[in-house]
Amino acid sequence: MAVPKRRTSRSKQGKRRSHLRMTPPNVDFCRRCSRPVPSHRACPHCGYYGDRKVLPVEEKE
Amino acid sequence: MRHRKRGRKLGRNPAHRKAMLRNMANSLFLHGRIVTTVAKAKELRPFAERLITLARRGTVHARRLVIARLGKQPIPPDHPDHGRYRNIVHKLFAEIAPRYIDRPGGYTRIIKIAKRRLGDAGELAMIALVEESIAESRERNANRRGRRRAAEAEAEVEAPEPQGEQTEEGAETAAVQAESREKPAATESPSEAAEEGEKEKKG
Repeated sequence: MAVPKRRTSRSKQGKRRSHLRMTPPNVDFCRRCSRPVPSHRACPHCGYYGDRKVLPVEEKE
Repeated sequence: MRHRKRGRKLGRNPAHRKAMLRNMANSLFLHGRIVTTVAKAKELRPFAERLITLARRGTVHARRLVIARLGKQPIPPDHPDHGRYRNIVHKLFAEIAPRYIDRPGGYTRIIKIAKRRLGDAGELAMIALVEESIAESRERNANRRGRRRAAEAEAEVEAPEPQGEQTEEGAETAAVQAESREKPAATESPSEAAEEGEKEKKG
């Protein structure tokens, strides 16, 4: 059976993992209330998508 | 290989899938808007829109075809349309389809929702019957094109300036424009000064 000849050194291990990273979520800012919103999603704060369209529920001050 | 095989299976067998589409379409016609996963909304759209197109014909044959696909679900007693329409198919033919006589398809709109589904964190979307008239849609599309061109021209002129404060101002004027879209000509004004004046008039 094929088996590793050498234990992977920490250096090798680190090099392998050097490409592992997390990516931040894509965030836009709502055109209406300027609060952060995931891109291509209706704003959960004010219910607007782009400049128009009241979408689901409108919680307000 | 699944090359060119259309449609999602949605983890269901054919009967289950068909029943679910029928349920979702009935809910959509009953309530006007429903929230589901993005995948289900995208599957529902062609199904529901085909039914509306059929209903626009208004013939007995079309009605029977729709009933074959939708069934005749009653309108629940706690719904405002209860008593107004005999069943959901009736509502579709009497109220929904006539609204779209002039619209060449595209009767529904899918908008993704920021909230994720509880449990599997599935992506949610709202699918809704389009409420504006075809004329309103055309006007809005014309305005959008105009606005984009205006924005590009503006960007070219003011390219070297720092962007921080300007984007905030842009957001505010965009909101104002959304509120005052009865006056499209005025809100399309190319200079920012004019837009500021517009805002003060509103405020």
